[in-house]
Amino acid sequence: MTDTLKPDLAETGAVEETEPPRPHAEPQGSATFRVWRGDRSGGRFVDYRTAVSPGMVVLDAVHQIQAEQANDLAVRWNCKAGKCGSCSAEVNGQPKLMCMTRLSELPLDQPVTVEPMRSFPPIKDLVTDVSWNFRVKTRIAPFTPRPPDAPDGTWRIAQSDVDRVQEFRKCIECFLCQDVCHVLRDHHLHEEFIGPRFLVYVAALEMHPLDTGDRVEALRRAHGIGYCNITKCCTKVCPEHITITDNAIIPLKERVVDQFFDPLGKLLKVFSRREQP
Amino acid sequence: MADVPHPLTRRRFGATMRRDAWWLQPALVFVLLSSFIVYATWAAFQGAHYTFGPYLSPFYSPELFGSSPHAWFGPKPAWWPRWLVFSPALLILPFPGLFRVTCYYYRGAYYKAFWADPPACSVGEPRARYRGEASFPLIVQNIHRYFLYIALFFLVVLLSDVWKALWFFDSATGRATFGIGVGTLVLAVNVVLLGGYTLGCHSMRHVIGGYLDRLSGRPVRRRLYACSSCLNRAHMRWAWCSLFSVAFADLYIRLCSMGVWTDWRIL
Repeated sequence: MTDTLKPDLAETGAVEETEPPRPHAEPQGSATFRVWRGDRSGGRFVDYRTAVSPGMVVLDAVHQIQAEQANDLAVRWNCKAGKCGSCSAEVNGQPKLMCMTRLSELPLDQPVTVEPMRSFPPIKDLVTDVSWNFRVKTRIAPFTPRPPDAPDGTWRIAQSDVDRVQEFRKCIECFLCQDVCHVLRDHHLHEEFIGPRFLVYVAALEMHPLDTGDRVEALRRAHGIGYCNITKCCTKVCPEHITITDNAIIPLKERVVDQFFDPLGKLLKVFSRREQP
Repeated sequence: MADVPHPLTRRRFGATMRRDAWWLQPALVFVLLSSFIVYATWAAFQGAHYTFGPYLSPFYSPELFGSSPHAWFGPKPAWWPRWLVFSPALLILPFPGLFRVTCYYYRGAYYKAFWADPPACSVGEPRARYRGEASFPLIVQNIHRYFLYIALFFLVVLLSDVWKALWFFDSATGRATFGIGVGTLVLAVNVVLLGGYTLGCHSMRHVIGGYLDRLSGRPVRRRLYACSSCLNRAHMRWAWCSLFSVAFADLYIRLCSMGVWTDWRIL
């Protein structure tokens, strides 16, 4: 399995996971955490000083604060393994999973700020209302497979053809990419733009070798792909290291170009019967 | 501590909780791109010292009209308006320039560095209004692939320039003889870097096979797509290295032509 993984990665453009940087010494003693406390009406940062030890992550510290000093501190979490996408927050201004942010990566000589994601309305403390994302998902045309290849109702797909979309299926829906995207975060264009998470979702469907659906027009008009100005912030914060911009968004932008901005290509297609996706 | 506004409230320009030097990268991009634009514009308007022996500056290649032996169609045309400054570079430089301007990598970089849209990830922006590339003028960026086609043609021309840079005129025999100078290597490295940048372009990756959902059963196309994807992974590095190399190649030939530098012959 490992032998086949590397060439697949090479072709899809996916990046192998690497160990996170640890620029600071393992934590010992105590540190101050500046945690945002509040709800939809507003809030404020509150400082908590708590003991830290080697191997701790931000979520451990938040849990410790919750247990020892602030029993009413709201925080959403589940797996503590970077796979459920529940504990998304902003640590020192950077969107991160709290369970995957080791204290050894942070400068503990100054307070560590922990605040909720800024692209979504807060419910309480570190918990935000991310239900908008689930409503967006219902607006995307679902998977529409071609008729089965075999009489038993099954399909035949080459592994190399699904490798490309496999990368997109790593998404854990933590919504950190939605949080960092300035179109949502600063311009609040939630009605016009579906955000990087759902562009990855569309890419997974649109590039699937079995899918026959056409989402290109919707990408341009309803999903607002033109709002993306390729800052690559989404790629930088993805805890699953999905190459969101290069492998999902830009290829989708190119498909929009095929359909709407490339008259020469369209003409060529008419004469050369260029293969369809 | 002071109350913090509702998190969905727009933040002021530069507002962020980030502790790192987030301004460093956009500042560096601003300085480097500005320096390149200033140098390239100055060099393009010079109209002199763009050839040296068999070398032709990449800013002036292909030389459609001009006074050097590299000119394709002879000297400055008679129909060229008198009031307009003439330089062979002005006829061709806009095309590779626009290829870079519409490049997906550079777009992301200069939107941040020159337009602060955003200044950096999770940092407040100066303007409330935003249209992105969804409407005019930035919707025009979608014609990037047309500049790619032109850039591919330029790549072939620059490759032929490297070939020509291998033949030095021997005044003793009156014939061109094979040789390699430092300038030959400078031009060759420049073509390699430009090739890595152009062939790994996102549009190239798309037109070569990315538009297909199934590449199995198409071994050549699949291989080409894999090669372009491989180059694309380091697109940013190719973009910067080729930008430096093209400016350096011009500078090298310019300084050799002015007699400031000596072009050492290796072979």
